[in-house]
Amino acid sequence: MFTEIMVPVDLRHAEKLAKTLTIAADLAQKYGARITYVGVTANVPSSIARNPEDYHEKLVQFAASQAAMHRLETRAHMIVADDPAVDLNHKLSQAVQELRADLVVMASHLPNVGDYVWSSHGGLLASHSKASVFLVRA
Amino acid sequence: MAEADESQGIPAPQGDTQLIDTDYEIGQDNLEGSVGPIGFDVHNPVFMVSALSIMAFVFYALALPEQASAVFGWLRPWLTSTFDWFFMSAADFFVLFCLFLIVSPWGKVRLGGKDAAPDYSYIGWFAMLFAAGMGIGLMFFGVLEPVYHMAISSPLGTPSPFDADGNIIPGNVDRAKAMGLAATIYHWGLHPWAIYAVVALALGLFSFNKGLPLTIRSAFYPIFGERIWGWTGHVIDILAVFATLFGLATSLGFGAQQANAGLNHVFGVPISITVQVILITIITGIALFSVLRGLDGGVKLLSEINMGIAAVLLLFVLLAGPTLAIFTDFGKGLWAYAKEIVPLSNPIGRTDDAYRDGWTAFYWAWWISWSPFVGMFIARVSRGRTVREFITCVLIIPSMVCVLWMAVFGGVAIDQVLSDPATSAVKAQVIDNYNPPLSLFAMLEGLPLSSITSVIAIVLVIVFFVTSSDSGSLVIDTITAGGKVDAPVPQRVFWATFEGAVAIVLLVGGGLSALQAMVISTGLPFTLVLLVMCWAILKGLRAEPR
Repeated sequence: MFTEIMVPVDLRHAEKLAKTLTIAADLAQKYGARITYVGVTANVPSSIARNPEDYHEKLVQFAASQAAMHRLETRAHMIVADDPAVDLNHKLSQAVQELRADLVVMASHLPNVGDYVWSSHGGLLASHSKASVFLVRA
Repeated sequence: MAEADESQGIPAPQGDTQLIDTDYEIGQDNLEGSVGPIGFDVHNPVFMVSALSIMAFVFYALALPEQASAVFGWLRPWLTSTFDWFFMSAADFFVLFCLFLIVSPWGKVRLGGKDAAPDYSYIGWFAMLFAAGMGIGLMFFGVLEPVYHMAISSPLGTPSPFDADGNIIPGNVDRAKAMGLAATIYHWGLHPWAIYAVVALALGLFSFNKGLPLTIRSAFYPIFGERIWGWTGHVIDILAVFATLFGLATSLGFGAQQANAGLNHVFGVPISITVQVILITIITGIALFSVLRGLDGGVKLLSEINMGIAAVLLLFVLLAGPTLAIFTDFGKGLWAYAKEIVPLSNPIGRTDDAYRDGWTAFYWAWWISWSPFVGMFIARVSRGRTVREFITCVLIIPSMVCVLWMAVFGGVAIDQVLSDPATSAVKAQVIDNYNPPLSLFAMLEGLPLSSITSVIAIVLVIVFFVTSSDSGSLVIDTITAGGKVDAPVPQRVFWATFEGAVAIVLLVGGGLSALQAMVISTGLPFTLVLLVMCWAILKGLRAEPR
C-alpha cells in the first residue's frame, strides 16, 4: 500500500510528537515502508542548532533513534529555508515530490478560528499534495 | 538503519571557526503561547518593554498633540546643534575603522567559517546590498538635496549662485554646482555604508562564526560575556528596536508625504494629513500581504521589482536630460567629493550650521537608526564573504550607485534651475518655496512624458514604502523574538501594523519634525552602542582563525 512515508518533525517540540511517531512507525511496519523524517531549519543559529550541519547531525540522530526504537528503515532529510516560518508549507510540498513519498504522517493542532486566516501546515499540505496525508491531532 | 539524505545540498563544510562556548540556548528566555487562536514566541522582556514603551509614546503624542508637537519641534534642533560633533566624529570613526579592517590581517577572516562558500553570486549580492540601504530616501532627496546644497545651505561656506533677487552670479556657478553634488554624495556615500558595514559585520561574525543568535546583543559577547543574556543585552536590543522602528517610521512619513504630493501633482488629490494617514493605512495593508509571503516571496520579489523600476526611471532621466552634462557633473561631483570629504567630515570649528546641523547630523542619526535593519539584512546575505571583500563591496558598490542616482537626478535638476531659473519648477519648489515632497515631480515636469514618469515615480515611492515596512517588520520581529527567525508569522503582522501606526501618530502629532526628533533621540544612544560594537568586532576577529 505505502512504500515511502514522510514525517515532518519539529525538533524543538519532539516530545509532543510521540503519538504521530508511533502511528507512522506502526504504518511503516505494517506496509514494510521506509520513513523519512523531514526537518526545516534556517542558516542562522536557532534554538536547536547553531548551523545547518549541527541541525543535520541532530536530525540524523533523531532518525537513528527512531530506527532503533521501532526496528525500521529510516532516513533524515534536512531542508534549509531562508524564511522557515513562511516557506515551510512550500518546502514540505516540494519534499513530498522529491522524496516520492506516498504517505505523509504529520502532527497538527486542533482546528480553531485562527485557521480561517492561517490554515494549519498539515491542512495546506493535504490540500495541495498528491500523496495521502494523515493528520494526527495533538 | 538510519541514513542521511543529501539531496537538499547541505552547505559545504564550514572549516574552522571559533564558536563561542555558552550555555545560553536561543529562545530560552522566550514566552511561547497563544492569545486565542494566534500563537506567539517572543523574547521576555525585550518584546514587552519595546512594545509598551512605544505604545506609551504613541498615546502621549495622541493625548497631548500640541505639547508633543512643541516638544518635538524644540528637540530636533537642540539635539543636532548640541551633539553634531558627536554624530560626525562617530561617523568618521566608522569609516576609518572599516578602512583599517580592509588593510588589516583580519581582512582574511571569512564570514561563516574558513571554508564557507558564498550563499549568493556577486550580482545577486550587489542588488540586495543596494535594495536594502536607502529606499524611499533616494526618491525624497534625489532632487531636493543637490539643489538645496547648491543654492541655500552653503556647505563649507560655499556661496550661492543666486543673489538676493534670484539673479545668477556667474562666478559662483561652477563651485556651487560641484559642492551641491559633493555635499549630497557625502551624505549618501562612504559614511552611511560604513555605519551599515559595522553592524552587518558584527551580526554576521557573531552569528555565522560564533554561533550566537541573530540579535544585536550577540556582538557584545567579547566585552560583557554571559551578561549579554541579562539586562545589559536587553537594553541593547530594546535600543535597536526603538532605533529601527523610529527610523522606519520616518521613512514611512517621508514616503506618505511624497506619495501625497505626487497624487496632488498628477491627479489633484488634496495635500493633507488625512490623505497621508489614508495612504499609510492602505500601503501598510499592502505591506501585510508581502509580510505574509515571507522573505523570498515578498521582500526579495518586491526588491527586485523596485530595482527594475528604479533602473528604468534612472535611465529615462539620464537619456531625457542633458546626458553628456550629467556624466560631466557626475565626474565633477565625485572629484569634489574626494577633495572635500575631509573638510566636510570635520566636526569642529565650522560655521555652516544650516548644512552641518540641519542635514549632516540628522542624516548620521537617521543612518544609525537604520543600521540594525540594514545591517541584519546585509548580514543574512553575506555569508561566505571574507571581511576584506565584504567591507570593500559594502562600502564601494552601493556608494557608487547612490552617487550615480544623485548625479543624475540632482544633475538634471541643477541644470534646469541654472539654465532657465525663471520658469524652473524645481527652483520654485525648492529654492523659492521650500516644498520638499514636490521636488522630484517638479524635476520630472521639466522632462518629456512627465505625466507618465510622475505616475511611475509615485508607484516607486509606494513600492519602496512597502519593502521598507515588510523587511523592517522581519528585522524587528527577529530582535524581539531573541534572534529566532521562525517565530509565528502573526508577530510580523503586529510589527508591520505597529510601524504604520507610529508613522501616523507622529505625522498627526507634529509632522516630519516629530519623526525626525525621534530618529535623532534614538540614534544618539545607539551611536554609543555602535562605537562599543567596533571594539567587540576587533576582539571577535582576533579570536578567529585566518
